Amino acid sequence: MRALTWHGKHDVRMETVDDPEILNPRDAIIKITSTAICGSDLHLYDHYIPTMQKGDILGHEFMGEVVEVGPKSTLKKGQRVVVPFTISCGSCYHCSKHQYSACDNGLPADNQDIAQEAYGQPMSGLFGYSHMTGGYAGGQAEYVRVPFSDVGPIVIPDGVEDEKVLFLSDILPTGWQAAENAQIEPGDTVAVWGCGPVGLFAVQSAFLMGAERVIAIDHFPHRLELAKRFGAQTINFEETATYEALMQMTGGIGPDAVIDAVGLEAHGFFVDNVIDQIKASTFLGTDRIHSIRQAILACRKGGRVSMPAVYGGFVDKFPLGAFMEKGLTLKTGQTHVQHYMPALLNAIMEGKIDTTFLISHTLPLEQAPQGYKMFHDNQNEVTKVVLKPEWAVAAE
Amino acid sequence: MPDTADDTRQDDAPLATSKRADAVDRATEELVEPKGDALTARAVTINRPRDELFAYWRDFGNLASFMDNVVRVDVLDEKRSHWVVKAPGGKTVEWDSTITEERDGELIAWASEEGADVPNSGRIDFQDAGARGTVVTATILYDPPGGTIGKVIAKMFQREPAIQARRDLRRFKQLMETGEIATGSRTRKQLEEEKN
Repeated sequence: MRALTWHGKHDVRMETVDDPEILNPRDAIIKITSTAICGSDLHLYDHYIPTMQKGDILGHEFMGEVVEVGPKSTLKKGQRVVVPFTISCGSCYHCSKHQYSACDNGLPADNQDIAQEAYGQPMSGLFGYSHMTGGYAGGQAEYVRVPFSDVGPIVIPDGVEDEKVLFLSDILPTGWQAAENAQIEPGDTVAVWGCGPVGLFAVQSAFLMGAERVIAIDHFPHRLELAKRFGAQTINFEETATYEALMQMTGGIGPDAVIDAVGLEAHGFFVDNVIDQIKASTFLGTDRIHSIRQAILACRKGGRVSMPAVYGGFVDKFPLGAFMEKGLTLKTGQTHVQHYMPALLNAIMEGKIDTTFLISHTLPLEQAPQGYKMFHDNQNEVTKVVLKPEWAVAAE
Repeated sequence: MPDTADDTRQDDAPLATSKRADAVDRATEELVEPKGDALTARAVTINRPRDELFAYWRDFGNLASFMDNVVRVDVLDEKRSHWVVKAPGGKTVEWDSTITEERDGELIAWASEEGADVPNSGRIDFQDAGARGTVVTATILYDPPGGTIGKVIAKMFQREPAIQARRDLRRFKQLMETGEIATGSRTRKQLEEEKN
């Protein structure tokens, strides 16, 4: 099959590799019909994430058709499914509590060593995101092997186009969980740092959960424009003093809940690398830590802090004093995708949530390397790149 | 589970986590026939009933299904078994093992017999953990092959018993909870290479 493979910094290639096979009873093989490049894929592209190996297949946002199933899979050939980016067993204690991203068994035993060392306990596996998260081949390919296919993938009704449901795989549930973690009450003002896909979906979700006002903060004009389309008020932090603006816009109280959808992902996922990477890019480092620090300072007393943004290691100058004195609550974590998928699919089917606005470019999978470069070089206009393996076949 | 009710000790922590030099000696007191001077212990909680876990483990022929380094275990009789285990450099090590103590559903303790390539002894404890299932604790004493240097070499090849015990327990949990052992491989060929 054809697949997008990683070879190093800014070096991803389309290659022909062996097709995936059923290896475990609960596996299924999916023929990919649509897959997207995630903002977090850019951190692999920039080689900020350790434990990558040459030839690794990327991609954790994908959907397609079931073409082969193991004896314990509950899927049927021909079904269309969206696959969650988290690989979770559905049988362990954490899965039974719907804490899917904390699954005990998603990571192969040998790969658990690094995560245990870095975080104290290993987390779930992830598709196409380094060997620390399991070394699973991703979905920017013609086919993918999906473990625990009886638990993860959600079946999509016929006649619903891919673009409407593709983002159930990661960013829509992530934005929804971000808003849920903000514990929004009717009448709340919610401030969202970062208008990437997760931030934009958090804006939509916050309104659905009863927020009276959402204030979106970014510096890309096009992304702020999208936030505005969903009814958010905007702050461009390159033109405006964010804290002062937020205080004035909330009558000196501060937002009731704040959501950091920016994060530190680029600066390490792995304890040993964090310090080096911050040293290597001090300006970027402080800039990005800035978002959570600013969110905490702006948040009203007794308010709530939600942090969908991915942080990997240690941070300096975390305002612990402000956090304690103001009595804030922090909720965070990787997304429990499987928990949110059914309700969000319903919301899409009922027309309550639209995710298609995000797609700025659609390319054949064969042009994935160009897609990465475009997304990397122009984040203002390129909000989401969707790749189509079938288009590539047709072009040949 | 090592007994921690010891009035000369100052806390209730498991012996294998002790910083004190005499911890290994103390741990050996809890084994009927101690073999070895390197101690490793590890606990894992498995979301399955205690009896089911005990029964699977007690059937030693099953062990190679989740112990990646174990080539095979031949059951010789009710108490004795023969072990063939991978070692660094494509070699194998072998020994005969005898059950020194057994309580149905709770405990299996063993010691290797004279002439073992890697003398070892230990115990596997199964304890009820309420709604969370069962806590399985492995405590293993062993003589590292080739002493300290052998241990370093084995570690380089990921054959070190402490590393193996940790990973074997995770695989046991996966197999019991999910019915399979997780792999990041894409093809059967990769899966085979991963195991060797």
